[in-house]
Amino acid sequence: MANIHELKYTYSLRMADNAWILSHRLSEWCSNGPFLEEDLALTNIALDLIGRAQAFYNYAAELEGKGRTADDLAYRRNERQYYNNLLVEMPNGNFADTIARQLYMSVYEYYFFMSLQNSKDETFAALAAKTLKEVKYHMAHAADWTVRLGDGTEESHEKMQQAINNLWMYTGELFEADETDTALIAQGLGVDNPSLHSLWETHIKNVLEEAKLSLPAANYMQTGGRKGVHTEHLGHMLGEMQYLQRAYPDAKW
Amino acid sequence: MSSNTAPAIEDARLSKFEERVQKGDAIEPRDWMPEAYRKHLIRQISQHAHSEVIGMQPEGNWITRAPSIRAKQILLAKIQDEGGHGLYLYSAAETLGISREEMIEQLQTGKAKYSNIFNYPTLTWADIGAIGWLVDGAAIVNQVSLQRTSYGPYSRAMVRICKEESFHQRQGYEIMAMMMKGTPEQREMAQDAMNRWWWPSLMMFGPHDSDSPHSSDAFRWKIKRHSNDELRTKFIDKTVQQAEVIGLTIPDPELKWNEATGHYDHGEINWDEFYRVIQGNGQCNKQRIAHHKKAHNDGAWVRAAAEAYKVKQAVKNN
Amino acid sequence: MATDTQLDLWEVFIQGRNGSHHMHAGSVHASDKKMALQNARDIYTRRGEGSSIWVVPANSIVASNPDDADMFFDPADDKVYRHPTFYVMPEGAKQI
Repeated sequence: MANIHELKYTYSLRMADNAWILSHRLSEWCSNGPFLEEDLALTNIALDLIGRAQAFYNYAAELEGKGRTADDLAYRRNERQYYNNLLVEMPNGNFADTIARQLYMSVYEYYFFMSLQNSKDETFAALAAKTLKEVKYHMAHAADWTVRLGDGTEESHEKMQQAINNLWMYTGELFEADETDTALIAQGLGVDNPSLHSLWETHIKNVLEEAKLSLPAANYMQTGGRKGVHTEHLGHMLGEMQYLQRAYPDAKW
Repeated sequence: MSSNTAPAIEDARLSKFEERVQKGDAIEPRDWMPEAYRKHLIRQISQHAHSEVIGMQPEGNWITRAPSIRAKQILLAKIQDEGGHGLYLYSAAETLGISREEMIEQLQTGKAKYSNIFNYPTLTWADIGAIGWLVDGAAIVNQVSLQRTSYGPYSRAMVRICKEESFHQRQGYEIMAMMMKGTPEQREMAQDAMNRWWWPSLMMFGPHDSDSPHSSDAFRWKIKRHSNDELRTKFIDKTVQQAEVIGLTIPDPELKWNEATGHYDHGEINWDEFYRVIQGNGQCNKQRIAHHKKAHNDGAWVRAAAEAYKVKQAVKNN
Repeated sequence: MATDTQLDLWEVFIQGRNGSHHMHAGSVHASDKKMALQNARDIYTRRGEGSSIWVVPANSIVASNPDDADMFFDPADDKVYRHPTFYVMPEGAKQI
């Protein structure tokens, strides 16, 4: 059994990885948005996420206590050592794909950080409270666009429904609890993920209903992110992201 | 209106307009203005807006490869600012009776220009430093001068832009300074970026005053407040010292301090290159416009959906 | 394909902090109210400039005509009695 520091380290790292990988995806939208205002809006969300990633990496580095920095954690691990959920590494696709990913993730994060605010770990609780403000905005942004696209033109309706369907199989993983989760839940430090599932699903269902979209039928849910078993997409992202850190290991930037 | 009174009224309005401009009054969107003034402003402001928007691309080229969390955060925030500045400027141009749709079309069909500098590629991370320090540094010299331009909305946009831009040049200089203190490879990278960006940065101020079209009206109407050469000299004077402090060499063997003028003299700018790139033969001219068109076309269905949703809601609420 | 749309033009007014006026900050494009507010927030309050935002469809703003400036504003110029400095106070009077 891992000690409490190790458990919290893993937990912090997971939250950091989710934010870091998703921020990377959103940053890819920069100069590619459907119009200028939306380009800037997506960047704002990306910047919130980078800030969050940095905070959780800092805490993870501190908990680990081996002298690694937030940058070491963000840039110097291999594919199998990232613990983000698969959902956040999915490519941007078209705007509807990005909005569906944002919707699923931000609604999950909303309930997750609501709960984490009550963590007995002060740092987790404080970061959760700060994050929650940002997440509420991300959630409104995603829900509003889901409705506009779902109830817009025939073409947008189709694209939005397709996106909702395609990403559905990556949502199950969000509600898993492994040994780390269970141990932290038991001590009032972590979030009881499985208990968020029905809240999340009801919330999603309401948004989809307003958007005249249908909830996908249940199918097989992908899993693996928490064990560092990812999709093919992550490796390419890391190759690009880590290029300078890996090519010039002695350099400071 | 009879044909012989119209010019008289026009003349009276023109002299009243010019009198106001001379007094330093700001001209506002609903004020009468000569057609040439309006046209000049639309051309200049939209070109300025397009430059900000196209300028997102060369820097955007490095977002996904930014080498630290901090670097990525800063770069993303900076590029976002550029987009915001494009937006402020499009809005200022819109007050003159041109729509954003029209401006985008002019950009994509090549009728409207953007700053030549963005037709150069960003090849290494040091280019991000060089752009912030040199390209933004050059732009700021110009923008500070434009804060006092005669057209109110343009002037207000420039005031806001200058306020926000103040961190841009510093972030670029910080990157260069950090690399010059780093490994030999980093120093080499920084000097290489300096060598490639120095001359194009000087070209940003446009042709020498003696060869500059559109200038006289622009001065009389106080759209432009300082000449190309004045601004270029100002930029060189402040940049030379900054380069020295961090140990970068300016790639101009003829650069030297002129005691008599109190300014630096510089070597001859390669104007053939300048005109070649303007005419479409820079490395990235086609790439930049293709990128812009792709994002624009890929987003068409999103904009159409937003419009359609609006119409449906309006029907529902009636 | 239909002609391009860049959505509608809205004017943005920002209140810097509670107690101060909303001031015109600039414009944004958006297709509906929610989007206009969000876009205004994302563009004009990135540096903590705001505590409240108003957005107004640009075509709902009624503006005075500069040609009417004489008739609108000049008549106020000679109403000096509206200003406290117009009045002569007796020597020695306090707190007035």
